[in-house]
Amino acid sequence: MSQFAINLLFVGASFALYIGIAIWARAGSTKDFYVAGGGVHPITNGMATAADWMSAASFISMAGLIASGGYANSTYLMGWTGGFVILAMLLAPYLRKFGKFTVPDFIGERFYSRTARVVAVICLIIASVTYVIGQMTGAGVAFSRFLEVPSTWGIWIAAAIVFLYAVFGGMKGITYTQVAQYIVLIVAYTIPAVFIAMQLTGNPIPMFGMFSTHSESGVPLLQKLDDVVVALGFQDYTADVDNKLNMVLFTLSLMIGTAGLPHVIIRFFTVPKVADARWSAGWALVFIALLYLTAPAVASMARLNLMTTVYPEMTGQVEDYETAAAEPILYEDRPDWFRTWEDTGLITFNDLNNDGRIQFYDDTNTEFNETIAADRGWAGNELSVNNDILVLANPEIANLPGWVIGLIAAGGIAAALSTAAGLLLAISSAISHDLIKNTINPNISEKSEMLAARISMGGAILLATYLGLNPPGFAAQTVALAFGIAAASLFPVLMMGIFSTRMNSAGAICGMLAGLTATLLYIFTYLGWFFIPGTNMLPNTPDNWFIGISPLSFGAVGALINFAVAFTVSSMTAAPPKEIQELVESVRYPKGAGAAVDH
Amino acid sequence: MADDKSNAAEYWKANVRLIFGCLIVWAFVSYGCAILFRPLLASISVGGTDLGFWFAQQGSILTFIGLIFFYAWRMNQLDKKFGLGE
Repeated sequence: MSQFAINLLFVGASFALYIGIAIWARAGSTKDFYVAGGGVHPITNGMATAADWMSAASFISMAGLIASGGYANSTYLMGWTGGFVILAMLLAPYLRKFGKFTVPDFIGERFYSRTARVVAVICLIIASVTYVIGQMTGAGVAFSRFLEVPSTWGIWIAAAIVFLYAVFGGMKGITYTQVAQYIVLIVAYTIPAVFIAMQLTGNPIPMFGMFSTHSESGVPLLQKLDDVVVALGFQDYTADVDNKLNMVLFTLSLMIGTAGLPHVIIRFFTVPKVADARWSAGWALVFIALLYLTAPAVASMARLNLMTTVYPEMTGQVEDYETAAAEPILYEDRPDWFRTWEDTGLITFNDLNNDGRIQFYDDTNTEFNETIAADRGWAGNELSVNNDILVLANPEIANLPGWVIGLIAAGGIAAALSTAAGLLLAISSAISHDLIKNTINPNISEKSEMLAARISMGGAILLATYLGLNPPGFAAQTVALAFGIAAASLFPVLMMGIFSTRMNSAGAICGMLAGLTATLLYIFTYLGWFFIPGTNMLPNTPDNWFIGISPLSFGAVGALINFAVAFTVSSMTAAPPKEIQELVESVRYPKGAGAAVDH
Repeated sequence: MADDKSNAAEYWKANVRLIFGCLIVWAFVSYGCAILFRPLLASISVGGTDLGFWFAQQGSILTFIGLIFFYAWRMNQLDKKFGLGE
């Protein structure tokens, strides 16, 4: 059977499963549609949350990011998991107790203000739309690479599948497909990682293999990797960073951004009880950690594999790294997987010094350039490798059978679809429930709201498809825009709504707007107004950043501004009405929480 | 009624204390061990590198999982003790 047929079989089978679930899990009421009927078991919800959370970026790109950045990019590992701790303690149980359907629902009622609700809806839509574009393009890329269709078709096919289970099943259909998608993606991620760990270290568990001995050389794997990359002028893999302030703020922005992202929060509205919301967050993190603990192992092992592929002399025990690094392989002798990925343009080779060999080193390292590289007659780095390859090409690098490649195809698409569906539900419920039902037409009947929810979902899918096909400039800015906004506007206002009885609507609205404005202004200063290239007022380099804070790390500062402004304004204006203070008291303890209700 | 109120207030205080304790650990492993104190832990070696690197790539994630389950378990006890569970 050809590789194409195997891929088609795996992707086709996974789609048949999702469609089967869509038919089984149709939504009969708005409660089904928004919160899956409110009766999802905490472990089931944990698994669905893990799939909801782990996007195409987590599955395809994260290991590559860590492989290229080493220690410095550990921020993603900590940031995208640590958020669940604050979610479990500061938000999820109380929002579950509140018992409504959407995040703006809480903000609107707690701050007794239509303005607050609408501001929250706008923040939610900007963050979620930015996020969903990456999922659509990610699915398109996975399709085009594994199923040999143009990526525009891939996006349409992905949209059609999501349409089937999201429009008919709402949160109910999404929940159970996410469970299936989690299983597909975790199996696909783990199998190649186990094989690579076995090959390099003899230890079948990647997270342990990473810290054990590299079989061929007899030295610890990470030490081996450091030696190899340093011999080629790259920075040590485990090197410490100088700008610790930025590293702390970036990690914090990712954490509170994670906790404030509406598509993650609404998953906790689906469990039966407040206590379940807490357990469920723990389970979600367990299922996420299965991938997040494997990713750094994949990163270090794939990086080492790549380096020793190009420099075979460095494979086993090396007496002198400098001599070993002088002999890269001949371009003619490159392995088959290398050729396959060259066809996709994700690996490119350009023989600058015309010696037929692949020189792969850090040519931005001036000292290395002027001494070692100059002595050897190297004219610059000749190989560029896209970060995404490390996960996608893993099975081929490790010589695994064709069905593993088929699994990776199905896994990548599952990761993209599960996150896209969660985001689309967050967007469509904000429109049908917060804008139509609670702002424009409160007298709408249950049946009409259900129809409105389905139409909003269809509309959101069409919008996401359109933007996936024609990605706007901000599409690549998920981290800055989605996490920045969630961290600076939504998270603080949700937290204050629970932990301060005194916080009033004026404080919350001013806080949200201040946090949002400050963060956007800072991002636009360095990345351009509305991300239009060339309109940035300062160059986006560490020297120009305000006290070394990168625009991606500013969400945490935005959150501080939000808190400060909110408390100042609130203390100068009237306390919230008595019934609101009682509402805040009541969300603080579990007693009396029914299932999520709509009124 | 007054008893109910002070009971609920006690429960909330206990919850906030518990959260505070958990978040100290949360910050200590991630911002502390993995980032700010990494140079101080450089002498403790773990599998070819140092303890701070391990915290950054694995240790903090494992601690986070432990923290959430610990919190969920303690809160269930508090719910029962104060009679405020469901």
